[in-house]
Amino acid sequence: MELLNDIRSLATTESDIKVWYKAARTIDFPENGGACVKYKDQQIAVFNFSRRNEWYACQNLCPHKMQMVLSRGMIGSAGEEPKVACPFHKKTFSLRNGECINATEEKLAVFPVKVEDGFVYIGFAR
Amino acid sequence: MKRIIVVGNGMVGYKFCEKLRKQGVAAEVIVYGEEPRPAYDRVHLTSFFSGKTAEDLLMAPASWYAEHHIVLHTGELVTEIDRQQKTITTHTGKTDRYDYLVLATGSSPFVPNVKGVERDGVFVYRTIEDLNQIIDYGKKVTRAAVLGGGLLGLEAGKALVDLGLETHIVEFAPRLMPRQLDEQGSVILQHKLSQLGIAVHLNKSTKEIAGNGKLDGLEFVDGSFLPIEMLVISAGIRPRDEVAKGCGLEVHPRGGVVVNDFLQTNDENIFAIGEVAVHNNMVYGLVAPGYEMADIVVRQIAGDFSKTFQGFDMSTKLKLMGVDVGSFGDALGETPGCIPIAFQDKHNGVYKRINISADGKYLLGGILVGDAKQYNLFHQMAANKMALPAQPESLIIGAPGKGEEGAGVKNLPDSAQICACENITKGDLVFQITEKGVKTLDDLKRSTKACTGCGGCTPMVNDILKITLESLGHTVKKSICEHFDYTRQELYDIVKIKNIKTYDALLDSHGKGDGCEVCKPLVASLLASAWNELIVSQATIQDTNDRFLANIQRGGTYSVVPRIAGGEITPQKLMAIGRIAEKYGLYTKITGGQRIDMFGARVDQLPEIWEELIDEGFESGHAYGKALRTIKSCVGSTWCRYGVQDSVSFAIYIEDRYKGLRAPHKLKGAVSGCIRECAEAQSKDFGIIATEKGWNLYVCGNGGSRPQHAKLLVTDVDTETCVKLVDRFLMFYIRTADPLTRTATWLNKMEGGLEYLRDVIVNDSLGIGEALEKEMAELIANYACEWKKVVEDPALRAQFKHFINEDSTDSTLSFVEMRGQKCPPDWNKK
Ligand code: SRM
Ligand SMILES: Cc1cc2nc3c(=O)[nH]c(=O)nc-3n(C[C@H](O)[C@H](O)[C@H](O)COP(=O)(O)OP(=O)(O)OC[C@H]3O[C@@H](n4cnc5c(N)ncnc54)[C@H](O)[C@@H]3O)c2cc1C
Ligand code: SF4
Ligand code: FES
Repeated sequence: MELLNDIRSLATTESDIKVWYKAARTIDFPENGGACVKYKDQQIAVFNFSRRNEWYACQNLCPHKMQMVLSRGMIGSAGEEPKVACPFHKKTFSLRNGECINATEEKLAVFPVKVEDGFVYIGFAR
Repeated sequence: MKRIIVVGNGMVGYKFCEKLRKQGVAAEVIVYGEEPRPAYDRVHLTSFFSGKTAEDLLMAPASWYAEHHIVLHTGELVTEIDRQQKTITTHTGKTDRYDYLVLATGSSPFVPNVKGVERDGVFVYRTIEDLNQIIDYGKKVTRAAVLGGGLLGLEAGKALVDLGLETHIVEFAPRLMPRQLDEQGSVILQHKLSQLGIAVHLNKSTKEIAGNGKLDGLEFVDGSFLPIEMLVISAGIRPRDEVAKGCGLEVHPRGGVVVNDFLQTNDENIFAIGEVAVHNNMVYGLVAPGYEMADIVVRQIAGDFSKTFQGFDMSTKLKLMGVDVGSFGDALGETPGCIPIAFQDKHNGVYKRINISADGKYLLGGILVGDAKQYNLFHQMAANKMALPAQPESLIIGAPGKGEEGAGVKNLPDSAQICACENITKGDLVFQITEKGVKTLDDLKRSTKACTGCGGCTPMVNDILKITLESLGHTVKKSICEHFDYTRQELYDIVKIKNIKTYDALLDSHGKGDGCEVCKPLVASLLASAWNELIVSQATIQDTNDRFLANIQRGGTYSVVPRIAGGEITPQKLMAIGRIAEKYGLYTKITGGQRIDMFGARVDQLPEIWEELIDEGFESGHAYGKALRTIKSCVGSTWCRYGVQDSVSFAIYIEDRYKGLRAPHKLKGAVSGCIRECAEAQSKDFGIIATEKGWNLYVCGNGGSRPQHAKLLVTDVDTETCVKLVDRFLMFYIRTADPLTRTATWLNKMEGGLEYLRDVIVNDSLGIGEALEKEMAELIANYACEWKKVVEDPALRAQFKHFINEDSTDSTLSFVEMRGQKCPPDWNKK
């Protein structure tokens, strides 16, 4: 629970980002897949949705069994909605707003991402 | 606005709130519940033992109530009702005013007045708190019993078995489930339970729960004694009518608040619903009637008085794993003049009984034990008074074919109730499909809520969906997901014919959207079966086990399983495994597949561990893949005094031949050195048993949850022929099976069955024998140990890191100690 609250306090909207954290080079990320970024003591799953030329970031913690694994999940789409499936029990979550799509798990915290000069940046509230 | 107070936040109280809001009734709603958490699914309480958490069981999270403008007070017991002032008071002294009061206080377990019930180790089975206490206490003891052999008692018994306890069920009556089963049904059920490890004691009247402080056994009136350390009492329920009684509402002599057809008590502003209500001298201890009552009260509050409560069918189906029991309508044949017809197969543990009306026209009720597949259909036939076939015994005698349930559903009238929990009829479902364009089971569940209660109606709902879609002219195609409008077999052909090598290429040319967790691993498996190229070069379409070439475990670490072909291993290699496991602090265990599993490796350690293993001469064991796993062997003629062929050498040869072979599901084989069959070859996808003259080849066996013996394909073939036939068999399976279908299921679905398979494989009736052999040869030629490739390639190794932006490891990983080794902590305690 603590883990969840900590990560939520980092989440923010595009309009009041306090920190743009320079995470890694774009080429370090697998295509159409994710990797885990450490920021302060937190773990963020960052996804290179190269098929759509989009980037997404959310908490690495799966709320179902509190497992630090979402960055290892498979991404894809449900209709238009970009999503990630947890490797453990394949609960799926929207990458846009963090809502759980195929079950009633708690929502994920999501973070804005931007790419500049070949680097991936994640936006945080602090 | 009217102010409604609901007393009790159990399943029915919750359903009342849900239905009220769904109807859009404008009223203030305040709920008082005694339990510390919001309403949860009591029906599935037992799934707590198989890993469900308290949160998983919630009917709705606390936030749901707020979102629907319902004030929920948990942990608050209503102690008084003042009908003059129309107020209630709680145990904390809070008072509150109502216009309508809804009593949904449920019931509590009935505890008989036996000497010693107060002893430590005596429990009841109703709330999550009860379960937690049972689980805790269960850790300290080894022998337990359930008092009461009814529906709930049996469920409690299964829970005790799941806790690893020696389990007894003690019943006063001469049979189990006395209200649902007859003598023969009970005998068969008892036999089934004994297979689950539950001992049943009938005709036992308990005199004393003996012990000193804590219990040490049950003393019966007949003088016998059952030594146990824990007892769960499940002897019936008593409606919780204490507050109602206190304010002068009419209660039944046997307990429960008396209501009329409108569920009103003798005070027109107070309703009672669920297990606390007594209607026509009946208490209904099931959810479905409770939900129906909730619905009727909601309608009245909304101004619709057209629906009244007319009693409810008490048919039940037991949801214990491995024991099917159904009892419906007039199960015991109490209707005057009724004709019972029974069928019994002691060998397979099946008992079926139907009771036919005196004029032979209708099904009145019946009992199904051991095989309850026809439960839904029979239940509906009885409820809807459907005409019986000319020979009603044909319903239960003779093997019911697969198609039958579907065909039966077709004949049901629109009024047939399919989902009892949510009261949804066949007509409701058909309407959604024909008028609202619903096409999938998921959508149907969402739009009607069918299958969301106990889930027992799912197969029937699925059949209705299928039949209705077909009647609309839709071909019900087994397309794999929204991204590909093809079956697995069609995609396999496309991949082969168009020479497609990557997922992206296939999605661009034959799919739509961006793919998902269903089609990605499926296509990955097809590509691997077709080309046998290095799977991690397309890492992000693989299931996590294939992506990291290791099995993910609770807690997020991985396990490492090197190949130990045929189970044969040198002392040096054993020591190497021991040394490496010790160095990396891994938990080690001998697997059920004759090899060694090392658990608890961090993702970043995997390449290092494998580097060392490869140096010692090991290869990947593919324990993570839908691929060839192990070929078990027995020691055979090399050492065994009975062995007639060298089973170890043959097993090693076969395992080396097919290692790395990817298939629609995992593949397992075994070779036994003689007819005694110590390698259990007849439980494998392909099993080979030595004879004096050569080998007998068996195919399509399976362990797992639905075990099935392999079938004999050919006898006394020589080694070369045997290998050729296995080549063909495996390749034919890879080409034609549905995704995630083991060979046994594949054969079960195959038209023509074993005869057809033998024609194709042995007699080459399709003329594809040579092609199959050739394809297999190509796959074998293309084999390379994927771990070796990863270890040698720095770019691939770099994918095995927890963080992309630094070298530290996941600090949330933790372990606990168990018998001198480590293991992950219980993830239900989050
Ligand atoms: C490790 C092992 C248990 C053990 O400690 O002994 C095991 C562990 C798992 N089994 Fe198994 N099975 C193991 C032997 C078996 C056996 C016995 C055997 O092979 O002789 C069976 C019954 C035989 C059979 O398959 O027909 C068996 C039938 C299953 C099934 C049911 C398959 C079915 O068709 O019904 C599953 C579920 C599945 O694959 O979908 C399963 C799934 C699993 C999974 C993969 C579950 C999961 O997804 O995590 C477990 C992986 C743990 C891991 O990380 O290694 N395991 N499993 C055994 C590994 C054998 C090996 O050396 O590779
Ligand atoms: C292990 C188990 C398995 C079952 N399996 C099945 C099954 O397979 N199929 C089936 O149909 N049924 C099954 N049942 C029965 C089913 O759970 C009940 O029929 C159903 O829960 C009844 O709902 P209810 O709301 O009337 O009562 P409950 O769910 O008992 O809810 C009543 C709630 O009111 C609270 N309460 C009582 N008095 C007060 C008060 N004065 N003030 C405030 N709160 C109060 C109680 O604490 C409780 O939380 C099972 C029950 C158990 C225990
Ligand atoms: S090892 Fe097999 S039987 Fe044991 S818990 Fe895992 S999947 Fe189930
Ligand atoms: S832990 Fe993520 S779905 Fe179960």
